[in-house]
Amino acid sequence: MKRHRKVPFLHVAVDLPKMDIFLQQIINGLVQGSIYALVALGYTMVYGIMGLINFAHGEVVMIGTLVTITVATTLIKAGMPVAVAGLAGLSSAVLVCMALGWGLERIAYRPLRNAPRLTPLITAIGMSIVLQNVAMIVWGRNYLTFPHLLPKVNFEFAGAHFTAIQVMIVVVSGLTMAGLVLLVYRTKLGMAMRATAQNPQVASLMGVNSNRVISAAFVIGSALGALAGVMVGTYYEIAHYQMGFMLGLKAFTAAVLGGIGNLAGAMAGGILLGIIEALGAGYIGDLTGGFLGSHYQDIFAFIVLIVVLMFKPSGLFGEKTGDRA
Amino acid sequence: MAEVLLAAKAVAKHFGGVKALRDVSLSIREGEIYGLIGPNGAGKTTFFNCMTGLYIPDGGGFDFAGAPLKADAPHQAAERGIARTFQNIRLFANMTALENVMVGRHVRTAAGVLGAMFQNRATRAEEAAIRQRAEDLLHYVRIEDRADDLAKNLSYGDQRRLEIARALATEPKLLCLDEPAAGMNATETEELRDLIEGIRRDGTTILLIEHDVKLVMGLCDRVAVLDYGALVIEDVPAVVQKDQRVIEAYLGA
Amino acid sequence: MSKWLNPRSAFGIALIAAALIALPFVAAMGGQAWVRILNFAILYVFLALGLNIVVGFAGLLDLGYIAFYAVGAYTYALLASPHFGLHWPFWVILPIGAAVACFFGVLLGSPTLKLRGDYLAIVTLGFGEIVRIFLNNLNAPINVTNGPQGITLIDTVAFGDFRFSGTSQVLGVSLSGPQKYYFLLVALAIFVIIINLRLQNSRIGRAWQAIREDEIAAKAIGINTRNLKLLAFAMGASFGGVAGGVFSAMQGFVSPESFSLIESIMILAMVVLGGMGHIPGVILGAVLLSILPEVLRYGVGPLQMALFGKMLIDPESLRMLIFGLALVLVMRFKPAGLWPSPERKRELSEKRAGAV
Repeated sequence: MKRHRKVPFLHVAVDLPKMDIFLQQIINGLVQGSIYALVALGYTMVYGIMGLINFAHGEVVMIGTLVTITVATTLIKAGMPVAVAGLAGLSSAVLVCMALGWGLERIAYRPLRNAPRLTPLITAIGMSIVLQNVAMIVWGRNYLTFPHLLPKVNFEFAGAHFTAIQVMIVVVSGLTMAGLVLLVYRTKLGMAMRATAQNPQVASLMGVNSNRVISAAFVIGSALGALAGVMVGTYYEIAHYQMGFMLGLKAFTAAVLGGIGNLAGAMAGGILLGIIEALGAGYIGDLTGGFLGSHYQDIFAFIVLIVVLMFKPSGLFGEKTGDRA
Repeated sequence: MAEVLLAAKAVAKHFGGVKALRDVSLSIREGEIYGLIGPNGAGKTTFFNCMTGLYIPDGGGFDFAGAPLKADAPHQAAERGIARTFQNIRLFANMTALENVMVGRHVRTAAGVLGAMFQNRATRAEEAAIRQRAEDLLHYVRIEDRADDLAKNLSYGDQRRLEIARALATEPKLLCLDEPAAGMNATETEELRDLIEGIRRDGTTILLIEHDVKLVMGLCDRVAVLDYGALVIEDVPAVVQKDQRVIEAYLGA
Repeated sequence: MSKWLNPRSAFGIALIAAALIALPFVAAMGGQAWVRILNFAILYVFLALGLNIVVGFAGLLDLGYIAFYAVGAYTYALLASPHFGLHWPFWVILPIGAAVACFFGVLLGSPTLKLRGDYLAIVTLGFGEIVRIFLNNLNAPINVTNGPQGITLIDTVAFGDFRFSGTSQVLGVSLSGPQKYYFLLVALAIFVIIINLRLQNSRIGRAWQAIREDEIAAKAIGINTRNLKLLAFAMGASFGGVAGGVFSAMQGFVSPESFSLIESIMILAMVVLGGMGHIPGVILGAVLLSILPEVLRYGVGPLQMALFGKMLIDPESLRMLIFGLALVLVMRFKPAGLWPSPERKRELSEKRAGAV
C-alpha cells in the first residue's frame, strides 16, 4: 500500500506555534492533493457525463504506474539515459491507460447504457477486481521499486523541506489541469462534453455524438490517471498491484467533496483533501490530547466528507439540484 | 355562506430574481369547486407546490381547516387532508393500478414493521380493508378492470383517473387537480367533468388548475386568475369572464 | 397469501426441507471445511437479505453495510471473551448487538439520508472505513478492540449446557460443531426470509417501493419519506448486527481484516447480481458468490495441473480474476440480475425495446 510521508508523531505540548511543521504539512498536503485532484478528474468527468462511478479508475492509475516501472527500468538497464527512459515510460503508461479506458467503456459499460442504475456499478467493481488480478499475474505480488527518474534535490523554505519531485508534481498537475480546462471550455469536443453532461438527449438531438463524447471522457480521464500514477510512483518510489484501491477511493471522495461532475470541484476537492489529511495527521495527537495518533490519517478524508455533505448536500462546488414537481 | 377551508395569506415565492408569486391571497370555501387559471408561467403550479409543501414560500402562508399549514412538510399536508395530482402525471410506474391506490391509504393506516412481521389480527384486518377500499376507488373512477396492470401500461386518460383515485385514497378534504384535462379529447374531458362533479357531490372540496377555460367556467363555483404571479381577480365565473384585466391577460402580450 | 397450501407447494416445501437437512451431511463427506463454506454461504444469505431491505426495498445505495456487521461482531466478541473477562450468554448479546448496530445505523442515517443516491453511497462507504480504522487502532491508549490482532477465544453459542462447538449427539445423530451452527444459521436465515417476504407485501413495503419509484409523489400522498428510509436503514443495520454476532461466535475470533470494504462490496454484489429486491434472486446471488470463490479455490489449481501439467498462473489471482469476470459477464447478459422479479424483467425489456 501507499507509504505516507509522516512527520514524527508530536508529543510536545501545543503552547508553541510550530510554523515550520505547519508549513511542512501544507506542502506535503499540496503534493498529495495534486495527485488526488488528477485522479478525481477522471472520476468526475465520467460521472458528470454518464452518472457512473467508475470504480475501476483507481486500477487504471495503478496500471499506469506499473507500466512505467517496466518500460523505464528496462530502458535504463539497456543503457538509455534516465530522462529518455522516464519520458518513454510516461508516454507508454499514458498510451496504455488511454487504450484501457477506451476499452473499458467500449466493452464493459457501453452495453449497459439502459440497464438498471446499479448494474454498471457492479460491472465497475468486477472490472476493478479483474484489473487488479491481471496486474498481479503480470507484475507479481511483491512491491516494485520505481526507478529514480528525477535527481534528488532538496530545498528549504522557512524551515520546511521539499524536493524537486514535489515541485515537479505540483507544477505538472497545475499545467495539466489548466490544459484540461482549456480543452473543456475552448474546444468543440469540450463543448460537446458539457452539452452531454447537461442533457444527453438534447445534446444528441443537436448532433452531438454521445458515444464519442463518453469515449473521450474515459480516454482523457485515463490519461490523467496515468500521469497521476507516474507521480505516485516517483513520489513514493514503490508500487504494488493493490495501490490503486485506496488512492481511487480517496480521489473519489475528493470528487464528491468538491461536487461530483464539476471539474473545478474535483481539483479543489483533491487539493483540499490532501491538505486536510496532512494537517490532520500532523496535529491529531495534539488535538485529542494524544488519544488518537497519526495512524488515524485515513479517517479524515471520510469525516470531512460526511460533515461537508451534511451542510452542503451537493458538495462544496456542486450545483444545487432542486426537486422539480 | 360555507366556511373557509383553505386561506392563502400573502403567499410569495421567488426563484432568483423571478417573482413567481407576489403576495397571493385567496380563500377556498368548503364544498366548492374552485378554479385557478392564468396564462402559462403565471404561477399556478408554484402556488400548488407551496401549498402542498414541496416549496417553502418566501413570504406569507396558508391556513387550512382553521389551523396554519406547516411549510416544507409535504407528508403533513396530506395528513391534514390536502391531496394533489401532478400536471405531468406522477404514478408509481412499476406498481399495479391497485397497488398505487393501496399506497395512497398509507397516511390513513397504521401497520408498522412489527405488524408486518407478526401478521397479527389487526394488521391482517387493516390490510384487507386497504385492499377493499382501493378496489372501491378503482371502481369509483371506473378503471376497476385495469387493477392488475402496471400503472405505466395504462392509457393516458386512465392514468389521470388512477392518479385521482390515489389522491382520493388519502381521504382529502381538499383535492387539488393540476391540469387534469391536459391532452384529453372532448369525450374524455366530458367524462372527467362528470367525475369531478361526482367527487364534489360526495363531499370533497376541489381546487382545479386548468387551461381549458370552457371547462373551468362551466364547472367551477368561483375562479381566481393569476397573471405574472399576482392575483388579478377572484369571483364567480360570470364576473371573471367579463373582466377587462382577465381578457387582457389572456389576449394581450 | 392463502392459509392452506396446495399439494404441489407443500411437496416443494417438503423437498426443500429435506434437502436443507441432508446438506450438511453431504457436505461433511468432503470434509468439515465444506460444512464451514456452507455455513458462510448461509450467513451471507442472511446478510444479503438484510442489505436487500436497504437497497432492494428502499432503494438506498449502502456501500458500508459491513460496518454494522463489524459492530455486531465486536459487540459479541467484547461481551463474551476473556478480553474483558465477560461471558454473557448468546441470547442476551445478540439483541444487544442488533441494538448497537441499529443505533449506529440511525446515527449515520439521520444526517445523511437526504443525500441523493451516489452521495449516500460514498458517505456510507466512508463510514465503513471509519469503523474499520477505529477497530484497527483502538488498542491504545485504552485497549478496547485489541487492534489488528483482533479478539480471540470468543465463547461459542451455548444454550444451557448445550454447546455449539465440538461434536455432540442430538437425537441419536452425531453432529459436528459446524453442523450444529449450520442448523442455527438455517433457522436464522428462514427467519430473515419470512421477514423480508412479509415486509415486501405490507403497508411499509409498499411505501418503500413508492419512494423508490417516485419520491415526490410519495411525499405528496403523505409518506414520511425520511422516517421510512431511516427505518429501512436501521432494520438493515440490525440484521447486520445479528449476523456479526453469529459470525463472532462461530469463528471464535474477530479481527478488523474481516470487515474491509471489499466485503461490503461483495454483499452488494450478491444483492444486485441475484436480482435486487427479489428475495429468491438475492438468496441465489448470496449462495453463488460465496461458494464460487471457494469452488475456484479448490478447483483452479488441480485444473491447471491437469491441463498444462504445471501451475501457469498463481491460483489465488486466477480465482479472483474469474470471479471478477463472472461479475462483469452476468451484468452484461443479465443486467437485472440472474433471477429478477418478473416485473423488473419486464420493465427492462420494455426499456430496451423503446431505446432501440
